[in-house]
Amino acid sequence: MPLLKNGRIAEDGWALVEDGQDVPAAGPVAVSLARLKADHAVLLAGNRPVGVKLANADDPADLLPWLERLSLVVLDFPKYTDGRALSQSQLLRQRHGFKGEIRATGQVLRDQLRLMIRCGFDAMVIDEADAEGVYDYSAHEFSEFYQSATDTSDTIFVKRQRAREAKASQ
Amino acid sequence: MYRYDEFDDTLVRERAKQFRGQVERRLKGELKEEHFKPLRLQNGVYLQLHAYMLRVAIPYGQLSAKKMRQLALIADKFDKGYAHFTTRQNVQYNWIRLADMPDVLDVLADVEMHAIQTSGNCIRNVTSDHLAGANLDEIEDPRPWCEIIRQWSTFHPEFSSLPRKFKIAVTAGETDRAAVRVHDIGLHMKKNAEGRIGFEFIVGGGLGRTPFVGPTVREWVAKEDLLSYLEANMRIYNRHGRRDNKYKARIKILVSELGLEEYRRQVEEEFAAQNTWEKVVLPQDEVDRITAYFAAPKFAALPAISAAFDAFKAGSREYARWAKNNLRPHRTPGYVSVHVALKQQGEAPGDASSDQMRALADIGETYALDDIRVAHEQDIVYPHVKLDDVPAVYAALKAAGLHASNAGLASDIIACPGLDYCNLSNARSISVANEIQAVFADPEFEDDVGTLHVNVSGCINACGHHHVGHIGILGVDKKGEEFYQVLFGGRADEKATIATIQGPGLRHEEVAPAIRRVIDQYLTLRRDKSEKFIDTLSRVGQAPFKDALYAAA
Ligand code: SF4
Repeated sequence: MPLLKNGRIAEDGWALVEDGQDVPAAGPVAVSLARLKADHAVLLAGNRPVGVKLANADDPADLLPWLERLSLVVLDFPKYTDGRALSQSQLLRQRHGFKGEIRATGQVLRDQLRLMIRCGFDAMVIDEADAEGVYDYSAHEFSEFYQSATDTSDTIFVKRQRAREAKASQ
Repeated sequence: MYRYDEFDDTLVRERAKQFRGQVERRLKGELKEEHFKPLRLQNGVYLQLHAYMLRVAIPYGQLSAKKMRQLALIADKFDKGYAHFTTRQNVQYNWIRLADMPDVLDVLADVEMHAIQTSGNCIRNVTSDHLAGANLDEIEDPRPWCEIIRQWSTFHPEFSSLPRKFKIAVTAGETDRAAVRVHDIGLHMKKNAEGRIGFEFIVGGGLGRTPFVGPTVREWVAKEDLLSYLEANMRIYNRHGRRDNKYKARIKILVSELGLEEYRRQVEEEFAAQNTWEKVVLPQDEVDRITAYFAAPKFAALPAISAAFDAFKAGSREYARWAKNNLRPHRTPGYVSVHVALKQQGEAPGDASSDQMRALADIGETYALDDIRVAHEQDIVYPHVKLDDVPAVYAALKAAGLHASNAGLASDIIACPGLDYCNLSNARSISVANEIQAVFADPEFEDDVGTLHVNVSGCINACGHHHVGHIGILGVDKKGEEFYQVLFGGRADEKATIATIQGPGLRHEEVAPAIRRVIDQYLTLRRDKSEKFIDTLSRVGQAPFKDALYAAA
């Protein structure tokens, strides 16, 4: 399945290593939260890119000791109706200031892309033949938002305020 | 009434366009029903027994004549000439073709209406007191805050795939006409010790399979913290609400499983952790802008007594009865609020024909300052009518067959669509409601019985709110046969109480006679005419009423 990074198809250089599997000797590697907690000394010793795959019940705050050193957080949508990863992503971006890649896996449907982007996802694995075309369409279906989220704080409320101020200063 | 600006308008138009695309993909077979379902549900489209149903939001229950006429036009053009007003200040159409849905959304957008988030596991249409801005006891008009919540919750990116649906209600009166204690979040506007107005947060109430009266999580939240405190609650729910079992997924289960103390601790911790990026701050100018739309209309300076109205009342017993039952006091002298019960004998509660809707629009425009409300009793209310105009309003209602004089009485029954329309139902609810109404067909008898709320649901999902009826009726299925359980003692107001099931279910034809016996028992036991059914029940206990219920002749 294609990986989209900022809306464009990208090479996936990451090894997503399940618990119990061996970690490859080199190259970017993502592990579970439990594995990171147990093996962080070894994993983070060199300067290889390291990521983590959170379960939906995991608390992003548990990543704080290592967050600056992480390059990828993978968040899962076990079902497209399960919105827990949206809260996890918002927390990572807004509260904890995570700057690396946040990637959506699982049931990622085109009609959710806009919500994911708003919550701070910049990558997704999506089962679409024309993944870029679908992204370009879905990401721009709406031009106005009431809520400030990770992607923009230029909300309808802010725009109204700006319009008022512009009018007042005329 | 709030008016859309360019931004609000763009958003509903883009939504209509998006849904058109989704429907096209579905009709072409590109989108499987399984994947289409949550998309259509976020837009109020249900697949019912016979056809698709569309639920349209009437935010906090307020309509203008223009909007009402557009709803009538949709009924004529796309449905069978009817619409159904619901207990949650929505309106439903039962016969719209899927292919027509996008056109209907465009027609709605033309009058600043939509079906956004009227179903699905998201924040639903915000409801409020249908007498907001007119009643005697509110400390502030709750509607601006409802509108603010409507905007904040519309397409909220983080809270679009919640464990379950989420209903918010706001009230600002001492008397609670919005049932805030049986909502996922109920907001009751109150003053704190310094006299500042804010919000009491009641979380985890609800009906359905597991009814709860919601506990207070915070006694008072300042206005400027309203949206941030809402977000803190929503985030705790989105992250920790149960997703393993649909019947345990509402926030009421989370609150009851964690316990109030622990739930509150988590919300307070989340609220305290919000940084400036996360806080939802509305500029005061914006609050003022929205509030200005709800400024009190220019009322005429009138004497408190109207000769025309007094003559009308004296004119006939029919007029007098309607005036006694269907009018509510207004805070301005010479004005009154008019309750139109959509409960004609033999009709489905909450149903109106397109002709009736146009008549309702005309009356609203001519006599009621163009302000028309939908009440959770599935009724229509004109909050602002001059006493002098009451005779003309009555005549116009009567011409449209909308003059039922039973507002707040036994035959003003709240009932869900039940087996006639709903594919989840166990039993018919409309016909049972009609048979109970027939018990009270004699107006003198019904007036004598006085205030009595009867609620009928066709299954445990409780859309007819049977848990909060003074008398609740619940349809159950026993081996393919319809039975009805009877409950006593519920109430949805500021003394919210969950009704108690009395015992084994009754057969369809047994229900109305059994209710009659219960009422006769009440008439025997009440202290005097001023003691309402619900008060006699709480004074003497439920046992004698239960005896009467099962004392088949
Ligand atoms: S209570 Fe049951 S039967 Fe009635 S409308 Fe709701 S789901 Fe349908």
